[in-house]
Amino acid sequence: MSRLGTLSAADRPLVIAFGFILVILAVGTVYTLSTTGTMPLLTPKYLLLQLQTGSFLGICAAGLMAVILIGHIDLSIPWTLTAAAMIGTAVGGPGAVPAALAVGLCVGLINGLGVAVLRIPSMIFTLGLDTVLRGLMVAQTGGYAPQDAATPLMLTLAKSSILGFPAALFVWAAVSVAVAFLLSRTTFGRALYAIGTRERAAYLSGMRTTRVIIGAFVLSGLCAALAGALLAGYSAKAYQGMGNAFLLPAIAAVVLGGTNVLGGRGRYAGTLIGVVLIVLLNSVLSIMQMPEALRQIIYGSVIIGMLLIYGRGDRVTS
Amino acid sequence: MIGRWLAGNRGFAVAIALFAVLFVTYNLMHTRGFSTAVLVQNANESVAIGFVAMAQTVPVLMGGLDLSVGAVMTLSACIASVMVNGTMGEIVFGAFVTLLAGTSFGFMNGLLVVYGRIQAIIATLATGAIAIGLALLIRPEPGGDVDGDLGWALTNTVWDFADTYGLAQGGEAAWLQPFINIPVPLILQFGIACLVWLPIKRTVTGMTIYAIGSAEGAAFVSGLPINRAKILAYTLSGFFASCGGLYLAIQTSSGNADMVQAGAYTLNSIAAVVLGGTALLGGSGGVIASLVGALILRVISFYFRILDIDPLLQPLIEGLVLLAAVSFGAGRTFSIRNRLELFR
Repeated sequence: MSRLGTLSAADRPLVIAFGFILVILAVGTVYTLSTTGTMPLLTPKYLLLQLQTGSFLGICAAGLMAVILIGHIDLSIPWTLTAAAMIGTAVGGPGAVPAALAVGLCVGLINGLGVAVLRIPSMIFTLGLDTVLRGLMVAQTGGYAPQDAATPLMLTLAKSSILGFPAALFVWAAVSVAVAFLLSRTTFGRALYAIGTRERAAYLSGMRTTRVIIGAFVLSGLCAALAGALLAGYSAKAYQGMGNAFLLPAIAAVVLGGTNVLGGRGRYAGTLIGVVLIVLLNSVLSIMQMPEALRQIIYGSVIIGMLLIYGRGDRVTS
Repeated sequence: MIGRWLAGNRGFAVAIALFAVLFVTYNLMHTRGFSTAVLVQNANESVAIGFVAMAQTVPVLMGGLDLSVGAVMTLSACIASVMVNGTMGEIVFGAFVTLLAGTSFGFMNGLLVVYGRIQAIIATLATGAIAIGLALLIRPEPGGDVDGDLGWALTNTVWDFADTYGLAQGGEAAWLQPFINIPVPLILQFGIACLVWLPIKRTVTGMTIYAIGSAEGAAFVSGLPINRAKILAYTLSGFFASCGGLYLAIQTSSGNADMVQAGAYTLNSIAAVVLGGTALLGGSGGVIASLVGALILRVISFYFRILDIDPLLQPLIEGLVLLAAVSFGAGRTFSIRNRLELFR
């Protein structure tokens, strides 16, 4: 604890979360050693495979982080992802990925306008838009999985490998570099932190808070749409509810990485570690053939436990 | 008097008016409108969402949020589907255990938020996963065995209730006649809401819930019992959610640990709270108002049946209604004189 005490407050979550990743790997390896006598968890091939499936979550979390940093939340990720994948595959051809991204852009713009201009709490506005998107997609597809297949570009981005690394990892890395640069090196990024800390002060110091908030939601929409296009490539098609499994893990990843859920504090490296933690936790639990019930309990307990260690908020005293 | 009440409860008044218009129009359009059978059916379908909306309201009043209400409701329904059968004593005991489980779960949420100092959103998100996990352990497959008499008695009119249990001369007693056509679920819902919430609201701890929502810092320096109020809010939330779960199990005579359904209930509970006129930032609104909000949500879905709307368009219309409802209240944003008032 004395070592932890000397770390800066921003580094503590990163170190603890990283330590927990090692614990997960160790527990998983001990389990596989005792049952089959092998250590698949520690082979590069297995880890890369896990990271490849984790890249979709990672891209969603990257965009979501921008929204959480300003103290808002984007609950429309599931159907933004699904709608982008469905529209993308329906358009097909070379226009598929741009069409998917355009969906994300539109959703982000609407979310941003609702939150920044109409001042509707993001929790309810993004939720409403999520329902509308679901309605649009159900109306468009008739409630069935669409027949359109993923385009070659989607397949390449999601499934092929370059220099022995899955291509999806490169996409995630590119998104990560872009978001990390945005957050730490641009006025837009600094404005996100400022708004999340105190919107009133940010406005009074001349920041165009409305534009920044819209920008954050657009970033989140674009990331979700990109993840949708990739996921459609990975599964070779788009299907109903393909985004449902991404919202809660994405929020958990961002928060476990040390980002304050009320905004203003957090580092992108933390989100990366959070995503890896969630992905490895899931894969170790499935290696152990944990029934769904216990998985949910462990999942919830891990989040609570980690936050009790480092996610504790301040007491209100004035 | 009425003018003053209206000034302080505009959202609630709008919600009541909206519900009245929607419900009367629905009954006028329905071939068997204004009949007991329709009323009983409508009341039954509104109970679970009504309780979950009430559960969501209490934390929202203090600027918090409980994302585990749907999961706690599901967990309670699963417990009830195992426990609520047998002799009268066993049924009462089973119902008691069900409510106790949900209430303790809410109490645990409160402890995590107050003493664990974890943000409510993320804490309840995590405990919601735990609740679903427990529900799946109790009931891996949908099913259950809930006392049939109880199910019949609680999901029909007062007369059926008296008839089932041979009370008031099998429902024929003269003093009972004015009430025989009232659906039991309606009585249960409004009864619990009024008997539990209204007295609590008048206590210091209850008022502190509102005070925290208005200005937590001010509540703290005024010496109000903040920690007690927060724990109470989440405990009440768990209690109301387990009432919903218990009723759902009795109504369907089964339990189903359905994660998607639990999520849908949680989301709809937030929508109902907003429709009822409770501010998501806390400080104003009430449990009864959210009950009306939940009823509005349900009435909208009743329309789909009589209007012959393509089922494929239903989710779209539901979403648009929700968006329109929340945007409706945003008008003040444009009439505000000092933009600084928009920021908290």
